Amino acid sequence: MTLDRRSFLKLVGASAAGLPLIGRAAELMPKSGKRVVVIGGGYGGTIAAKYIRMADKSIEVVMIERNDHFVSCPFSNLYIGGVITDLNTLTIKYDKLAANHGVKVVQAEVTAIDPVAKVVTTSKGTITYDRLVVSPGIDFRLDEMKGYDAAAMEKMPHAWKAGPQTVLLRKQLVDMKDGGTVVMTVPLAPYRCPPGPYERASMIAHYLKKNKPKSKIVVLDGNPDITSKGPLFKKGWKDNYEGIIDYRPAKKVTEVDAKAMAVMVEGLEEVKGDVINVIPPQRAGQIAVAAGLVGDDKNWCPVNATTFESTKQAGIHVIGDACVAGAMPKSGYSANSEAKICATNVVALLNGKETTELSGINTCYSYITDKDAISVAGVYTVKEGKIIAVPNSGGVSPADFSATKIEAIYAESWLKNILTEMST
Amino acid sequence: MTMKWRGWVLATGALAISALAQAAPPSPAMLSNACAGCHGTNGGSYGPTMPSLANQSKEAIEVAMKKFKSGERSGSIMGRLAKGYSDAEITAMAEFFSKQKLHPTTQTLDKAKIAKGASLQEANCGRCHIEDGKEGKDDTPAMASQWLPYMQMQMADYLSGKRKMPEKMKEKVDPMSKEDLDALLHFYASVK
Repeated sequence: MTLDRRSFLKLVGASAAGLPLIGRAAELMPKSGKRVVVIGGGYGGTIAAKYIRMADKSIEVVMIERNDHFVSCPFSNLYIGGVITDLNTLTIKYDKLAANHGVKVVQAEVTAIDPVAKVVTTSKGTITYDRLVVSPGIDFRLDEMKGYDAAAMEKMPHAWKAGPQTVLLRKQLVDMKDGGTVVMTVPLAPYRCPPGPYERASMIAHYLKKNKPKSKIVVLDGNPDITSKGPLFKKGWKDNYEGIIDYRPAKKVTEVDAKAMAVMVEGLEEVKGDVINVIPPQRAGQIAVAAGLVGDDKNWCPVNATTFESTKQAGIHVIGDACVAGAMPKSGYSANSEAKICATNVVALLNGKETTELSGINTCYSYITDKDAISVAGVYTVKEGKIIAVPNSGGVSPADFSATKIEAIYAESWLKNILTEMST
Repeated sequence: MTMKWRGWVLATGALAISALAQAAPPSPAMLSNACAGCHGTNGGSYGPTMPSLANQSKEAIEVAMKKFKSGERSGSIMGRLAKGYSDAEITAMAEFFSKQKLHPTTQTLDKAKIAKGASLQEANCGRCHIEDGKEGKDDTPAMASQWLPYMQMQMADYLSGKRKMPEKMKEKVDPMSKEDLDALLHFYASVK
């Protein structure tokens, strides 16, 4: 399934030597002037495409995305918990990005990147570029979760990419008998959305408390403790979900048995559930791995802290969850901020102008109940080539929960604005 | 004086570039675009509890950010974020947003309240919230087309004392009923 490094190099070599690749499609859209190709239409890709066009209309921008729409992971936990009932409020389309900014949207699957010839191969044909922005999100390290194949995903949804998986997990919760046990597994950090699993546990507990009060949720966390907003989640769980959330740290799940509806904690302990939400270990989206953009850890893509240009392949920039952005977490808002920084500098590089140093933000809300949310916020800068949080800034909500009601209200506007930014 | 200063900046800037192939320090757009995830592209908000910053007065943004930074004005995340910026960066962002076009909002508003608010505005608030709230005197914020829910939340904070009213505003607001104030906000929200 994975294109390993050797066969990838072979592929690149063949293409560079001008040998025809078997099954290589025809050129989809011939390039005339300067062109940036963006892979991915999520939190990072849409914004990179739009902001490049906002900065310089002479640059052609082609955004390639396999779907004709995008469903936001942020707020999808509220759907799982039944707080929102319609995924449409989390869904964007790309028509206005095209109409308002002239972004050329191609719905296709990217199958290869040739960094030497600067060609992207898609299911519809090849597209050449001057610079490439890769914003592929995450894929799963399935070799570290034995038994978790495509069939198992249908029985034990991950719901870590929003869409049908989200709907499936919601349905399983609704269908579960009262008195049932939900099991959730949390991978070792880093993974997409550090507070996400704990918000999900909160939302599932919210649903169980209201609708299935004899039920509980067991959280098997591979990490030694809650990885984000820890004290706040603990307080929120104590105040609201005592006896419903059974949080077990340092329980790394390495194997699943979909038939038996069980997960194994490092081969030592079997935990059974009526509904099992497996959040597997993660790495950069498959195309980034195939294109040789991941670093020594083989999982994430190291980048220049000013331009987000890959340190592995010149002319290719990586943003969002897939990249290593120092202190900036793998969040939707970080991807939004990184995309703008990257866009500014891609335009500068294409025009032979000086690049601009990074200034970034992350803001992230997590719901504890349907009416209470907590947040983390940060401002980022660069020091000695590394992205760091600006000292003495940022941080989490007040520990006394004095702001949870208002933050639940602000979070809704957060979603409205960030999705509007991505789609208009 | 100015020339000398500029020359010095250029000289050290050139040194830095040749030594480290450094990038330019964050531009006003670089700083401000990071805010747009919550406040909308170019500061035009679509989220009813988050204020538009587009076309806001430079002074008003500066004062707000500095009060968030010092803790004088309470916010949920704005205090935490404002601490991440120097005063010069705050000024750069304030200037950026003040130069953006007014963001007209589409809101469900009460016509009777708008009419009532219009006369109240003229009689009470127009000396600072000038041009029907399209502009503001000194650091008075522009109100035109701002989101009603955002303004209602701010007014509630003013009335509870959580946010401190300027003296001149307090004189005008104190005698007004809650209905009067709500009418005023409906009026400001309606101005395009």
